[in-house]
Amino acid sequence: MIPNFMHPRQNGKFRTRSYDYEVQEFLLPVRKSLIYISLIAAVLINLMPFDKVILVLRPDFVALVLLYWNIYQPQQVGMSIAFVSGLFMDVIDISIMGQHAVAYCLITFFALLLHRRLRLFNAFQQIPAVLWILLSGQAVAFLARVLAGTYIPEWYVFLSSVIGALCWPLLSFLLGSFCKQRIDRDEV
Amino acid sequence: MQTPPQFFKPNSKSLTRIFFFVLLSISVMVADTRFNALSEVRQAIATVIFPLQKLAYFPFSLRERIEQYVSDFRLIEEIDHLRREYLSSRYDFFRLRTLISENERLRALLGAAKQTEVQTVLTEILYVPRDPFSRKVTVGKGSSNGIKAGQIVMDDLGVIGQVTRTYPWTAEVTLITDKNHLVPVQIERNSLRTVISGTGRNGELELRFLSISTDIREGDLLITSGIGGVYPPGLPVGRVTHIEYDRSHKFARIICTPVAGVDRHRQVLVLVGLPLPAPEISDDPELHAPQTKRKIQNQEL
Repeated sequence: MIPNFMHPRQNGKFRTRSYDYEVQEFLLPVRKSLIYISLIAAVLINLMPFDKVILVLRPDFVALVLLYWNIYQPQQVGMSIAFVSGLFMDVIDISIMGQHAVAYCLITFFALLLHRRLRLFNAFQQIPAVLWILLSGQAVAFLARVLAGTYIPEWYVFLSSVIGALCWPLLSFLLGSFCKQRIDRDEV
Repeated sequence: MQTPPQFFKPNSKSLTRIFFFVLLSISVMVADTRFNALSEVRQAIATVIFPLQKLAYFPFSLRERIEQYVSDFRLIEEIDHLRREYLSSRYDFFRLRTLISENERLRALLGAAKQTEVQTVLTEILYVPRDPFSRKVTVGKGSSNGIKAGQIVMDDLGVIGQVTRTYPWTAEVTLITDKNHLVPVQIERNSLRTVISGTGRNGELELRFLSISTDIREGDLLITSGIGGVYPPGLPVGRVTHIEYDRSHKFARIICTPVAGVDRHRQVLVLVGLPLPAPEISDDPELHAPQTKRKIQNQEL
């Protein structure tokens, strides 16, 4: 693979970060099982019965994990996995079938569209982009509910996306550590 | 997987894919909301998810067990207290027993329908949807424990909701605070019959379409009227907390709070032994809820 240093969006101040970028670009494809395990773990966290405040603030970990893998391993996960996990989340959340699915597909689409650009930044710099992607996904799910009726919108539903974006560095560190371990093992 | 990376061309493949999947999800949504066509898929996914649900609940049940162990010591004290209480209430019990037999005799005399004893299944709330505005919960017993759609869920204080969908080991409960959920009730003070509906907000119920001249006061207790046959009569539902008379509207705005801890408890009771009403309960909560409402309106006319 040719690392494209001459990316049009890349200006001088990010050249210092090129080492990170190079490392990320040479990441080996992780095992599919790791992706599935991380998705199941995310579903588990989403399934935890919590009280009101945490319920409002809890980010959608499945969306975050899908976003992570689609940015860093775009060949491994695709929209079909996003769609299927969306259907699972719909059954879990007792919402309309397809509502999470369309949100996750949209998140995947944005991730696939932006993944080369996003990989130029470190996890903290990715927060605004992640925030917008999560918000757009949530907005689509929100719209589906409003159109189907039976929904009283309140603005603070969207806080969970904000918290999700703030959790992003932690999550990408966690999932990234799995990938890096694998590379080391291969080199040895 | 082996396709060469495309560096500068915008990814047209993902564009077509997103188009396809968005169309697919929209058709799934339409099939689910308009035709209720996906119940088998839902059943299958719910069965797959059940172990995960149990696993996610495990830390909480562990904590509960530890708390139970700690509270055992307090329980011994409480048992003593209750034993004394029990002895003193024996008298009431005997009187009640004679009253029940007398009531049965009188009912037989009147030719009224026999009130069957209600069987209950104790279960715990396994999962509250991530979205705090969805007024539905999942409980940990399903059709394998004899739970059917349409059965009533309550706690020690009053009605919580109604089973709307069952899976083999779990069941879905629509709470009374759900926007589409209607409960036929009557005011305990003067037996005025009406229908209470959820608002979709937490801990808030609403009596719609009661005219300004209706005899209703703040603090009135609303109990189920038993009309419609879905709810057994006499279960407490809510208490009127706020009445707003607006001259520009035809109806008063009456807000109630549920008596039961709709969003507080983890253990709930499902009433399973209820006699089914003559019109068969359909699986769809939106179908039979308006039916009961219409029935009551007819009765009031």
